[in-house]
Amino acid sequence: MTPFLDVSGVSFSYHTMEGETKALSHISFTVENGEFIAVVGPSGCGKSTLLTLLCGLAEPEEGTVLLNGLPVSQDHSRIGYMFQRDCLLEWRSVLSNVSLGLEIQRRLTPEAKKELLSMLETYGLGDFVNSRPSELSGGMRQRAALIRTLALKPDLLLLDEPFSALDYQTRLSVCDDISSILRASKKTAILVTHDLSEAISAADRVLVLSSRPGRLKAEIPLSFSGETRPIHRRNMPEFSSYFNLVWKELKSDDKHNS
Amino acid sequence: MTNITPEGRLTTSSLSPAQAAYLARERFHRKRVSVLRTMLFILLLALWELGAETGAIDDFIFSSPSRVVLCFLSMAENGAILHHIGVTLYETALSFFLVVVLSLLLAVLLWSSRSISQVLEPYLVMLNSLPKSALAPLLIVWLGANLRTIVVAAVSVAVFGSVMTLYTSFTQTDRELIRLIRSLGGGKKDVLVKILLPASVPVIISSMKVSIGLCLVGVIIGEFLAARAGLGYLIIYGQQTFAMDEVVLSIAILCVISALFYKGISLLEKRVSPSR
Repeated sequence: MTPFLDVSGVSFSYHTMEGETKALSHISFTVENGEFIAVVGPSGCGKSTLLTLLCGLAEPEEGTVLLNGLPVSQDHSRIGYMFQRDCLLEWRSVLSNVSLGLEIQRRLTPEAKKELLSMLETYGLGDFVNSRPSELSGGMRQRAALIRTLALKPDLLLLDEPFSALDYQTRLSVCDDISSILRASKKTAILVTHDLSEAISAADRVLVLSSRPGRLKAEIPLSFSGETRPIHRRNMPEFSSYFNLVWKELKSDDKHNS
Repeated sequence: MTNITPEGRLTTSSLSPAQAAYLARERFHRKRVSVLRTMLFILLLALWELGAETGAIDDFIFSSPSRVVLCFLSMAENGAILHHIGVTLYETALSFFLVVVLSLLLAVLLWSSRSISQVLEPYLVMLNSLPKSALAPLLIVWLGANLRTIVVAAVSVAVFGSVMTLYTSFTQTDRELIRLIRSLGGGKKDVLVKILLPASVPVIISSMKVSIGLCLVGVIIGEFLAARAGLGYLIIYGQQTFAMDEVVLSIAILCVISALFYKGISLLEKRVSPSR
């Protein structure tokens, strides 16, 4: 049986006139349907590059990225991408912001619009359908960005540090919000973050990348005896032992280099 | 009781003393500015008129406010001045329209291909800093002493700067917004329509403000050399026949026209900018 997402032997470099920078080196892993994966690593380890490759905006120089057995670059609509910033367009209303993807793919039917309205209602944005993004709070903006991504019904969701622009308190609740939404809709998701506690509180499995060029150093499956809500996980005894484990994996890299 | 004004500001029906004092200060300041503005204008006109009246300046050369008004009235009677104003307005509006359309098209073309923009860049920089009045005699020979020459002269004055402003704004658009469109499956056309153009509206308007002024400059240069009507023609004709009243009148009308054009685009700006 082919895995849902199959990343095998992926390498990637950036080229400038000054020279070549190796960003990723021989990364291989698989993701099962419905899994929530977190990728952590020191800054500049190529986390965002990995997401760019996973969503098919760039082709790996070596290796392949297959989603359901097909290269990801063949069909963008199977993959949803959430950015560090919410990227809501100030000149559009909230409704027309969340329908942006459908509009581009010419799938904005009256039924799809109705569905969007009910999603906005469900996620607490029902009163802000015709507002401008500047009238929303940070958490609401991030939820609007999530609806924009989910509207395309992607098979795989990529989250590129989507909470890093928020203040700490909002960040905890938005992370809780969004991972609950993803779990409830049984989405497969890959979250990239430099925040270990965020990764451990939200994911089923943590992938640890080394510093540049990013290699896959460890895969740590997490089990919180069935608990999935980040806020609850943070209070469980397993949390700190996982934290220490991931921390140690990240640190072992430094010893090698020094 | 708390109300929300259409601008989204909170107002309370009973003002606090501090707020009331602030409002009173602010209103007084604004009134003072507009009174001083008007007084300065009247003072300058009065000095000019008085100087001409007492013979301190020669009103045959320097004209005077009353002579300009009389000149306007006599030229308005036979409709001559309205014809000249109409011609200049028409030429300016036509060349402004062409500048807006051409500069948008060219900026999009430059943005669409890195190679095209890099090849054309030095030419654009050169054409932008070239004094366009130097082209006017050439244009007269090529196109004849007519409306075409005037419009081409005006367009050439304004278009290059406008292209460069718009192109710079296009290239400085937030890269993450472009990635967003690409991740949603959109192509270059979607980036242009959904991101670049709406994000550039403020820049387009501010470059329109500059363009309308430059178009007027170009039209007047063109009319100096190649016209049988228009305010630029009237200035040259008045100078050659020593009818300085006509020259000063034309300049005064040009002042009014440029202020009105600027005001018009400011109104457009208010309409299109999102209300916050």
